[in-house]
Amino acid sequence: MGAAFVAVFRRDILQAWRRRADWLNTLFFFVIVVSLFPLGVGPEPEPLRTMAPGILWVAALLAAMLSLQRMFGDDFADGTLEQLILAPQPLPWLALAKIAAHWLLTGVPLTLLAPVLGLQFGLEGEPLFVLVAALLLGTPCLSLIGAVGAALTLGVRGGGVLVALLVLPLYIPILIFGAGAVAASAAGISAAPHLSLLAAGLLLALALAPWATAAALRVAAE
Amino acid sequence: MLEITDLACRRGERLLFRGLSFSVGAGELLWIEGRNGAGKTSLLRILCGLGVADAGEIRWRGRPVRRGDETFARERLFLGHANALKDDLTVAENLHFAARIAGSDGTLDAVDRVLEACGLAAVRGSPVRHLSQGQRRRAALGRLWLAQAQPLWILDEPFSALDTDSVDRLSALLGAHLERGGAAVLTTHQEVALPAGRTRRLRLDA
Repeated sequence: MGAAFVAVFRRDILQAWRRRADWLNTLFFFVIVVSLFPLGVGPEPEPLRTMAPGILWVAALLAAMLSLQRMFGDDFADGTLEQLILAPQPLPWLALAKIAAHWLLTGVPLTLLAPVLGLQFGLEGEPLFVLVAALLLGTPCLSLIGAVGAALTLGVRGGGVLVALLVLPLYIPILIFGAGAVAASAAGISAAPHLSLLAAGLLLALALAPWATAAALRVAAE
Repeated sequence: MLEITDLACRRGERLLFRGLSFSVGAGELLWIEGRNGAGKTSLLRILCGLGVADAGEIRWRGRPVRRGDETFARERLFLGHANALKDDLTVAENLHFAARIAGSDGTLDAVDRVLEACGLAAVRGSPVRHLSQGQRRRAALGRLWLAQAQPLWILDEPFSALDTDSVDRLSALLGAHLERGGAAVLTTHQEVALPAGRTRRLRLDA
């Protein structure tokens, strides 16, 4: 069981490495959106600092969503998905391997980039640490929930818009608590409640999303 | 080994087939014939578990096959229209991955032997995107060489896009598979020399 998980995970990483331009797009998008805000809003440090958590989170969320289409799209088109479904290993397990690879390729780099971009907005000290912690808990949720949306819209024309419609409502709680954690910390209040709720969301998504994804993939392949 | 009773499949309003019953024993090959759109691919997808039948039952070694049946999943191999190859990975990497997923022998040695056997040793390290249609099909068929442990092969148009050499190689491989007591179900539009005496035909549109 572990061998197949590792095989799927490694193949996705290898594939992404061979097509670096594709996934670097996601990261560039994140950096560009976040960097444009100070230019548009103006250079006063105070409004920028208050807006920073929201801007960083919204940009991370949109960047993660941009990459969802490719999550199962290629596998669906070239027949690999059929082989994954027919594999002796449970499909939710293999879906989780793909989700983990997606997180490593988008969530982790976004989390690493975020504090650097946060400095642009005058965030420093504890709020920066809270930002990283919140993203570490929140970005896996984005991959998990996004996988369900991506699987549900496989083979549908105009799937990109549909994914956004399906997934964004579910992303909103993560956005609220993620940005809330950083804002609370910047205001000198404890960020613990926000982070706990994010962690609870992560556990819930981890428990449900692989199964929902697998069910949607089976329907798509039929 | 494989018994089908009263199988029916409908696509939208159209009934593809119904009351279909047949069995495939050890060492037997079933050649499913029929014009385009007769439901050959649908039948194969139902047999391997990708599709759902509207009625009927599939039994493997006497036991009804259920969705997510792990023993059945280990014992059957499906090769569809799509090659299931990744354009950016090399031929060897693709085969290695396919073997690991199917739970068959996926060591690098085994992959090398297979590439030798299906005449792809020269393009071992090339990305699949540089291969011709026929070479891609051969690379996909490489999974058959790795799947010696799976007794049931379900093959959808395995001979398409192959040159005569490869057709002969594949026929020989199928012969060896049946010799070992394996079973196979396949569709093809080409007249190929399938192992005589072990092949039965089934017409879907009869």
